[in-house]
Amino acid sequence: MSVTAPDPVSGLPRWSVLGLLPGLNLLAAFAACGLIVLLAGEHPWQAVQVLVGGAFGSAEAVGYTLFYATSFIFTGLAVAVAFQCGLFNIGGEGQALIGGLGVALVCLHLDFLPFLLLLPVAIAAAALFGAAWAFVPAVLQARRGSHIVITTIMFNFIATSIMVYLLVNVMSPAGSMQPETRAFAEHARLPYVHEVAGALGWELPSSPLNVSLILALLCCAGVWLFVWHTRAGYRTRVVGANPAAAVFGGISPGAQVVVAMTLSGALAGCMSLNELMGVQHRLVLEFTGGFGFVGIAVALMGRGHPAGIVPAAVLFGALYQGGAELAFEIPAITRDMVVVIQGLVILFAGALEYMFVPALRPFLVRRAVD
Amino acid sequence: MTTSPTEPVPRTSRSAIPSGDETVTAANGAPAVELRAVDKWFGQVHANRRVDLSVSSGTVHGIVGENGAGKTTLMNILYGFYRADRGQILIAGKPVVFRNSGDAIATRIGMIHQHFMLVETFTAVENAMLGAEGSPLLGPAGRRARRKLAELEREFGLQVPMDVPVGELPVGQQQRVEILKALYRGADILVLDEPTSVLSPREVEGLFRILRTLAGRGKTIILITHKLAEIMAATDRVSVMRSGAVVAHRRTADTTVSEIAELMVGRQIRPASRGVPVEPGRSLLDVDRVTVRDSSGVARVHDVSFSVRAGEIVGIAGVAGNGQSELLEALAGLRPVATGRILVDGEPAVSDSRDRRRRGVAHVPEDRRRSGLVMPFRACESAILGYHHDPRYGRGLRLDWPAVSSDTRGRMETFDVRPANPQQRTAELSGGNQQKLMLAREVERATKVLLVGQPTRGVDLGGVEFIHDRIRSLRDAGKAMLLVSANLDEILDLSDWVMVMAGGRIMGKVPAGRAAERDLGLLMGGVRKSDVPDRAP
Repeated sequence: MSVTAPDPVSGLPRWSVLGLLPGLNLLAAFAACGLIVLLAGEHPWQAVQVLVGGAFGSAEAVGYTLFYATSFIFTGLAVAVAFQCGLFNIGGEGQALIGGLGVALVCLHLDFLPFLLLLPVAIAAAALFGAAWAFVPAVLQARRGSHIVITTIMFNFIATSIMVYLLVNVMSPAGSMQPETRAFAEHARLPYVHEVAGALGWELPSSPLNVSLILALLCCAGVWLFVWHTRAGYRTRVVGANPAAAVFGGISPGAQVVVAMTLSGALAGCMSLNELMGVQHRLVLEFTGGFGFVGIAVALMGRGHPAGIVPAAVLFGALYQGGAELAFEIPAITRDMVVVIQGLVILFAGALEYMFVPALRPFLVRRAVD
Repeated sequence: MTTSPTEPVPRTSRSAIPSGDETVTAANGAPAVELRAVDKWFGQVHANRRVDLSVSSGTVHGIVGENGAGKTTLMNILYGFYRADRGQILIAGKPVVFRNSGDAIATRIGMIHQHFMLVETFTAVENAMLGAEGSPLLGPAGRRARRKLAELEREFGLQVPMDVPVGELPVGQQQRVEILKALYRGADILVLDEPTSVLSPREVEGLFRILRTLAGRGKTIILITHKLAEIMAATDRVSVMRSGAVVAHRRTADTTVSEIAELMVGRQIRPASRGVPVEPGRSLLDVDRVTVRDSSGVARVHDVSFSVRAGEIVGIAGVAGNGQSELLEALAGLRPVATGRILVDGEPAVSDSRDRRRRGVAHVPEDRRRSGLVMPFRACESAILGYHHDPRYGRGLRLDWPAVSSDTRGRMETFDVRPANPQQRTAELSGGNQQKLMLAREVERATKVLLVGQPTRGVDLGGVEFIHDRIRSLRDAGKAMLLVSANLDEILDLSDWVMVMAGGRIMGKVPAGRAAERDLGLLMGGVRKSDVPDRAP
């Protein structure tokens, strides 16, 4: 007696669903943000200028924006892959932390390897550790029906505690009071984009943007191929769309849950490459900075498709970078208000995604018929 | 683009329940419902073409037509789900404009959907008052609702248990709850969309009795169906729809089944041919003392044995819920067998649907919406479910969509799925076309055995003919076929042998030619007849 929910955008032209609606949602979000800025006694227009300028105003700003976007691409893809299987992976944060542990172990203990050997091993470690951290909740879901949302949240806490223990008691160098490891060797670091560009004779200002962006884009292509062009991806989508049909088709929902979650965990784990091997060059506490959760918003806004996740990740990267600039330039707008603004964007673009559909439908549909 | 020149009816408060003392028939004797030249387009599709319809108060009015003839669209216009692009709706002679179903309810129209709109964990009382509580406090509202429902029950003979979650009631009773719900909201005009598709023959009789009583007390009933026998049994007047237009109005007493059938499809339906019986070959499916338990451990199929030979169709008849579905699922490898063995072409088969597919056993499941198709998927994605490992759909890990798409297009054309567009969303195909898509997927793969559950549920007359022809030709090609259907006519029409299940047991197996409906009725009721050859052959 289940009723398929009607698609709220069915019958609307494609350009409006992919371009017009997200654009309007974003405008509405900025309008609401403008009110907040007004309440804080500042000029909204000036705030917009600082925000956009801070995110895109210079090559350096763009570098920072894309650095954040890199992490968001990884975590956004992680959420999207699980979502194709009907799972809400809230554990990107924990999976990234444990992935970071894997990266650190490789970079600290296998640094006798040359960079070209170390890099694939480090990537594999990030993916493997992240996947392992998602594997346990996945098996609990598949075998015991323990809800993945609950277990992955719990696993975030467990991951944090493990990292605190390891960094305080095991991994910090003797005599150090800092909860962090020693720095990675020079050749165990990812080259910055400005370094690579400089070597090619193109001068760029320095920014934390590093070559893991390339890996992130490769992951986008990989996820697209996996989900829409492989048999395993097809099985995953059937389970996500209709588990009863999956059973009918000889597909084991439990097995697909495990596949989708480990893949999701691996993607989340790879986010640590950007932070640790790219910028921090050591394992530190809480390097994930909540980016695992931002991935949920990125995946929602990007409609679970890599082609949507990349622009959504850039948008959130811009909000992070521009927001930091905003808090710095306009003291009346505090760091917390920047979070409010980011929240409003998520609210309008994610949760209120279809708000304008009823109002727009008559115009769009009539145009389509004519 | 609504050009209706009329004023909308004033909306009454949603929670206000009309007292029920004035009837819908206006003093001037105007019809209860009148549609004038209603037109509706969906994009390029002209779903309703200048439909005129007049339904007199206190009658049961049937609307028949094939799937996609526009019946449901028309009723959704009447119920305020859609707005007509042109034309007028008059209720009791007064023009109305419905902006939503709330307006229709306020105008005393009630709709009983094919798929019930009930909260399964709520009781009948809770379902009836949902959205019409009438006060913020549930206690007094509940007592009021209970009193009112008791009155309605008495008046119309609609007995249902008031305090049992409706999910635990049989479907026939759930439907009564739906009817009560509509009456509770003060409906004087009841629209029933394919109300019998989920009911057993006895429940259908009960429903028709209720409809009679309702009409006798001044309610107006609009019955949408594509089953002609029901039109003849239950209606006073009938309107026939074909490709969006009403092609004829008849008094039921003045017409015949064959006339309506011809009007519906626009050509003559040839009488069902039984075909030349093929001499059955070796046994391809053997069921040996099989017992099947459900997830809570209750045996739903008890110690069942039979076999199906190449070139024969064995039909399983029985009132829904007597173990047919569980047996079918066990045969398809979807449900474990508790005891006993299933042999495919002489070899024992394990409980795994992939194993069955490898052995040439294909399965058309009973419920396409629940498990047979993936509604949000494109048609070509639904068309490979279960066969997605077929090497013709790509090498290795990759799925080759152009190959899948062209293969699907071919299948859609062979099985007359309209539109034959593999990129169409499965949910956007009509029920009959979804069914044909599923058959297109399975039939060719049935190299030995085809298990079919409810092959024509919700399929229009032309489609039924087409599907039955396919099933017969598969039989003639030497496949073993097992058919489970709630429609006894279909079983008698197609099968060579009829088995009857009751209480999880097979009550008897008789040659279809000799099966008298009365005997089958007895067997379905769980009465074994001594002169019925038991468990042959």
